[in-house]
Amino acid sequence: MSQPDARESSSRSLRILIAKPGLDGHDRGAKVVARALRDAGMEVIYTGLRQTPEMIAEAALQEDVDAVGLSILSGAHNVLLPRIAEALRVRGMSDVPIFAGGIIPAEDIPALVQAGIAGVFGPGSPIADIIAFIRERTPIRD
Amino acid sequence: MSLTLSRRDLARLITRVENSERGAQDALSALYADTGRARVIGVTGAPGTGKSTLVSEMARVYRQRPDHPLVAIVAVDPSSPFSGGAILGDRIRMRDLAGDSGVFIRSMASRGALGGIATATSDVVDVLDASGFDIIIIETVGAGQLEVDVARIAQTVIVVESPGAGDEVQAVKAGILEIADIIAVNKADRDGVNQTISALQSALDIAPPSFHTHHQRPGLPPPPVHQPSGDAVAWQTCIVKVSALNKEGVGDLLDAIDQHQAYLHASGEGEYRRLQHVHSNVEARLRDLLLRAAMQRLSRADFEAILSAVSQRNLHPAVAAQKVLDSLQL
Ligand SMILES: Nc1nc2c(ncn2[C@@H]2O[C@H](COP(=O)(O)OP(=O)(O)OP(=O)(O)O)[C@@H](O)[C@H]2O)c(=O)[nH]1
Ligand SMILES: [Mg+2]
Repeated sequence: MSQPDARESSSRSLRILIAKPGLDGHDRGAKVVARALRDAGMEVIYTGLRQTPEMIAEAALQEDVDAVGLSILSGAHNVLLPRIAEALRVRGMSDVPIFAGGIIPAEDIPALVQAGIAGVFGPGSPIADIIAFIRERTPIRD
Repeated sequence: MSLTLSRRDLARLITRVENSERGAQDALSALYADTGRARVIGVTGAPGTGKSTLVSEMARVYRQRPDHPLVAIVAVDPSSPFSGGAILGDRIRMRDLAGDSGVFIRSMASRGALGGIATATSDVVDVLDASGFDIIIIETVGAGQLEVDVARIAQTVIVVESPGAGDEVQAVKAGILEIADIIAVNKADRDGVNQTISALQSALDIAPPSFHTHHQRPGLPPPPVHQPSGDAVAWQTCIVKVSALNKEGVGDLLDAIDQHQAYLHASGEGEYRRLQHVHSNVEARLRDLLLRAAMQRLSRADFEAILSAVSQRNLHPAVAAQKVLDSLQL
């Protein structure tokens, strides 16, 4: 017989990793997004500047996040973002949606989507779009 | 030494436990017999004293020991009381541990619990313990005064202070020193560290922490107070000077933890603390179950009627609670 659960939560908080790959030292945008997601009731794991793809994927795994958000201003998005998607894939986490924001020219977007970056949010994207993206892509798990 | 399950499965199990998802309690019940092997260390202290930086450095130095213990870190940060969301930022200070597969870091939001850890933290520690981690370090939320629940889980409690981080007298009044087995005075690279140490030392001289008889709310009968057995002398809270940033003194801190653990074992206090932890754990769950049972028996309308009588001052809150209890027909 199954024992009663002493604490049973009706709704589960979404856990989102916000990370900054690359070498640029500006995390203002990342922090704005982190705060907005917190205010939308999500638990945001913020890992700070200069994260390598391996560090990001490893943090996503240990924290068992529902989505990974990346802020990148260094111009290295075409190299770094696919590497992060790959690092998640080898860890069996290809089902975890990845979104990215920062300075990403429109012509780069199709290749990034192809590489597994499901949402690309350019400068001036409303935060509400990011929140909607996360809610749509993170079905309630069993 | 290896883990009993993959890191991915471990991470997912922790999520299920943290959310009390379906099946989580069965999993916890099944693994409970395999707990009790890990060394569980609590690290607490005021915001910004350098807990995360220190915890990271402790883990790094532990990993360099000849037996390469597996180390897990549970880092708790506060949930927003407004949105229920949280920003969990302790990992920012732990990047030195990246790439070491013998270290597992998990951030937790406090989710409304006021004691400096989350309600599910003790279950998460059990999961890590049963999975094969040798050392589990819990970092509490930046704690001011009353956030001392980590003492209900950890074997050894480290309180982190830092020079100029506020009035040391505050810490003394606040009672957080009462749960300290070891005080780590961090940021020893800064001016004023010796004043901080002497202030803390004189505070300890005035009010030495006694055995951990945590103030019990009225509840289950507590276990009998422990007397050190044999010729064991009571543990003296010690002060260790460290600079987590400059990686200085952390070896001394780990030595002090070893000594405290040896003391717990030799004096019998370890066993006593275990009893106390079990006691407060069962009691907390009993409270939960009783509350839940009460709310299940009572219809929403009846409950609201009682609340409204209280708010109109026709019924005292204590009498209201008694009415609810009576409805349980215990
Ligand atoms: N000078 C100096 N600064 C330090 C030392 N250890 C940590 N810091 C700095 O203190 C600040 C806070 O460090 P954290 O490790 O985040 O402190 P914390 O206690 O975990 O903070 P909360 O989790 O927010 O309560 C950071 O800027 C650290 O770099 C140290 O030994 N010396
Ligand atoms: Mg911290």
